[in-house]
Amino acid sequence: MSDTVETSGSVLEPTARATTPPIGAQGATTTGSSSPRSTSEDVMPKRVRLVFLRNAKSLVGIAILLFFTLVAIIGPWVAPYSPDDIDPAASMSAPSPTHWLGATQLGQDIFSQLVVGTRGVMVVGFTAGIIATCLAVIIGVSAGYFGGWGDEILSMLSNIFLVIPALPLIIIVTSMMEHPTSWTVILVIALTGWAWGARVLRSQTLSLAHRDFVEAARANGERSWRIIFFEIMPNLTAIIASTFINTVVAAVLSEVMLAFIGVASLSDWNWGTILYWAQSSGAFQQGAWWWFVPAGLCVALLGMSLALVNFGIDEFVNPRLRNTGMNAGRLRKLGIRPRVGFTPVVVTKGRASK
Amino acid sequence: MKALVRKIIFYLVTIWAAVTVNFFIPRLMPGDPVQSLLARYQGQISASAMDSLYVMFGLDSNASLLTQYGRYWVQLFHGDLGISFKDFPTPVATIIGQSLPWTIGLVGVATIIAFVLGTLLGVILGWRRGSWAEALIPATTFFSAVPYFWLALVFIAVFGVAYPIFPFYGSYTAGLIPGWNWDFIASVVSHAFLPAATIVISSIAGWILGMRNMMITVSSEDYVTVAQAKGLSESRVMFGYAARNAILPQVSGFALSLGFVVSGTLVMEQVFTYQGIGFQLLKAVGAKDYPLMQGIFLIITLSVLVANILADIVYALLDPRTRKD
Amino acid sequence: MSTSVSQSQPVLQIRGLRVDYGYTSDPTHVLRGIDLDLGRGEVLGLAGESGCGKSTLAYAALRLLPPPGLVTGGQVWLTDREGQRRDVLTMTDRQLRASRWVDTAVVFQGAMNSLNPVYPIGVQITDAISAHRPRTTAKQCRTRAGELLEMVGIAPDRLSSYPHQLSGGMRQRVMIAMALALEPQVLIMDEPTTALDVVMQRQIVEQIAELRSRLDFSVIFITHDVSLLIEIADRIAIMYAGEIVEEGPAQALYHAARHPYTRALLASFPPLHGVKKELTGIPGAPPDLARTITGCPYAPRCAFVTDRCALTDPVLTRSGVPGDDDSRRVACHLHDSGLSVPPALATAWPVKEPVESNQP
Repeated sequence: MSDTVETSGSVLEPTARATTPPIGAQGATTTGSSSPRSTSEDVMPKRVRLVFLRNAKSLVGIAILLFFTLVAIIGPWVAPYSPDDIDPAASMSAPSPTHWLGATQLGQDIFSQLVVGTRGVMVVGFTAGIIATCLAVIIGVSAGYFGGWGDEILSMLSNIFLVIPALPLIIIVTSMMEHPTSWTVILVIALTGWAWGARVLRSQTLSLAHRDFVEAARANGERSWRIIFFEIMPNLTAIIASTFINTVVAAVLSEVMLAFIGVASLSDWNWGTILYWAQSSGAFQQGAWWWFVPAGLCVALLGMSLALVNFGIDEFVNPRLRNTGMNAGRLRKLGIRPRVGFTPVVVTKGRASK
Repeated sequence: MKALVRKIIFYLVTIWAAVTVNFFIPRLMPGDPVQSLLARYQGQISASAMDSLYVMFGLDSNASLLTQYGRYWVQLFHGDLGISFKDFPTPVATIIGQSLPWTIGLVGVATIIAFVLGTLLGVILGWRRGSWAEALIPATTFFSAVPYFWLALVFIAVFGVAYPIFPFYGSYTAGLIPGWNWDFIASVVSHAFLPAATIVISSIAGWILGMRNMMITVSSEDYVTVAQAKGLSESRVMFGYAARNAILPQVSGFALSLGFVVSGTLVMEQVFTYQGIGFQLLKAVGAKDYPLMQGIFLIITLSVLVANILADIVYALLDPRTRKD
Repeated sequence: MSTSVSQSQPVLQIRGLRVDYGYTSDPTHVLRGIDLDLGRGEVLGLAGESGCGKSTLAYAALRLLPPPGLVTGGQVWLTDREGQRRDVLTMTDRQLRASRWVDTAVVFQGAMNSLNPVYPIGVQITDAISAHRPRTTAKQCRTRAGELLEMVGIAPDRLSSYPHQLSGGMRQRVMIAMALALEPQVLIMDEPTTALDVVMQRQIVEQIAELRSRLDFSVIFITHDVSLLIEIADRIAIMYAGEIVEEGPAQALYHAARHPYTRALLASFPPLHGVKKELTGIPGAPPDLARTITGCPYAPRCAFVTDRCALTDPVLTRSGVPGDDDSRRVACHLHDSGLSVPPALATAWPVKEPVESNQP
């Protein structure tokens, strides 16, 4: 997860190129950078804009995400049972038409727990993600834009937060509190989870701050906040989005983990709480897979959906990652083997004409 | 030179920050639980040990905050992390000394396996684009989003309970005497298999993806085209030119993502009852053993920092541009 | 520059080369049928606006075009030292690899990016030598690399320097030295001086000229800077929208352009000598190569456009101006239709009077 961010952080150069008006076709006097790469980019700007939404991976991710969001909203109303309802007759029962995903030792309906618990996961994950992203934007952008000593201090701060492992800190802080609420968990996760984004945003702001359009705005006497909001931020949208997604994934994992070790409050249902009870009742030694498999799958599925959206953003930000028609099956049928340094030669009548 | 000084300052400030956070956490929390716990052990602990606990938790309220802070540092320099409540009266440093090697061994080996394997796969996937394997990449993100502890639970259910192939309790067969003999080492390896597999599977996707993306980016650099134009062998271009450069961000990513891996491992250890530092931390949480919790936090941070320093050294060795004359 | 150009057997002969970008069903057609010859010992200049496909042509001819580039047609005949003629596009990987750097070498625009940042430059020169001459000892390789550096005016003790320790001009010389390591027959230079300042540009150009007269290799020199080409090239080809629109001897083409586009392109550069003239840009933009182009691609911007231009794409044929010889070829309906070529495109060449006064 984490190193994907690093990767996109270090290869972000093309962002501004993709979002600022394409400079091509200005006559022969332009200092020509006409390596094949830039040529292909010059030729294709109109296709760039919607690539994010046309990306199949992103669409699948967004669909899964929307599904979980819907469940989070309507969960408590559509759950067949109350997650706390005890039905001794159903104790440890395997999935059946009455209990779709079986029941716990106490006879609670696991499917209902899962459905109701979705809200807790989504609320904590997204709220923590929003707060952490805001912190990352404020810290990263101002460090990158203003530079100087402030930058030194803020960069060092975010590097320190990156080195100090967040989870033990979260565990210690929450366990020292008498009654940790969801808000405590959200705040602790957000306060320890902003550093990645701040780092990436800082380096991107730094490179944007010296570009012509920003220099021009500065020369025009625009105020700093106007430059930041109207010149720089629009160019950071994709990275902010991917920062947000990464912090949400991290927040969901932390939250589920905290619930699982019983540090967070157990009175609110979420997927981690289910796993906590499954573990403490020895579900896995008794082969009660229905108790612990679905909750973990949901976490992984949610994480995967967010990662898929990030794929689209990565490919949007870094055009080199886009696989233009690189569908393995199609390529094989056409006899194309894409390679660096050995351009494929495919002579077909239909393609060659024109 | 300037970069080196900056790095050293950064390491020092990080150590200072970790210690300071550790100093303030108990002082910001309500003091009563600690007070009552200490009261319980009154008389059982030597006066000097009691004193050091007072320093640690800021209960000697007649001293100023600054004096407390100074005394706290002095204590740390003597390697005194206090006394564990849970395993009373074992010093925290002793518990950590016993459990840390297990975690470092497990996390270290598993992370290196994941890094090497994932990077290699990333090199291949990034170099040969448009292959069938490319379609599998989105699927690997599924594993990177799986919580470590859950994967651990599934492994136990499958390979421990349903098909008992691997042991899943502890780090070696109970009753064996630790030593450099074949039985013991075999037992350690077989016990470490499932935990290590958990770490490898859930962290490998990040390495694959990161390296693949970097390979694709680097492959379109002119120097790779030049290498091909020179007619060098495929492996020389692929490894010597493309991968050799693509690995640089991967190495700096290695240092930074270690915190994530360690965090994930902490809880996983508990699932496997693997007596590492994470297992101790969660036991300490359960027993409200504050000195142990704090000691462990400090040690984990320092370990990650040391790993960072190592990664920085490797990076400097790999990238001549960092070695400015 | 060099006057004795042997036209007997071209070193490189490109026929009907077509290249697409994108493996999708709607690729961009960046090269749309290129015919080009490079004579032995000749310097061929390739010029055109950004995005006209001049670099693509050079990369594609060597099959170095990165994905999603795709050669969709044509042949690239390369005659090696033994006189054996082979099509680069049908070579096996092994053959191609063996031929590279021995027959053809490249110098790219960005000297910084052309050198691997993590290896000393010595390693990067010697690995090319040892890849093709495996029996050379490490010591011999190093000595040779040192000689090469000296040849381009760099002290041999720089072999252990890393690219980041060299200046831009030095890096470009290193690239040239590296390219000449195996004494190739064809050297392709893609904007080799664009990133350099004027003084450095001059030095590099002179160096190339000097080395060429000494080592006798052929050069394809790609640049958008036509005035630079006049100095270095024997022959010039002008590209527009993935096609060659005009080619001819450098001086003739410069002083008496036959294609409307060449004229417009030359008018946008300051003249080398003599009176100042008003510089004019070319109105409009090049066509979008992702779309199918019917007729002459330059027609929408052309001042001499006729009805035929929108219908059929002209082919590269002999200039229609009386007195022009076979070496002057133009892709323009004004020349192939048997109509009389407009006077503006029919300037006489060679002229008897001083050159400047004849400038329109």
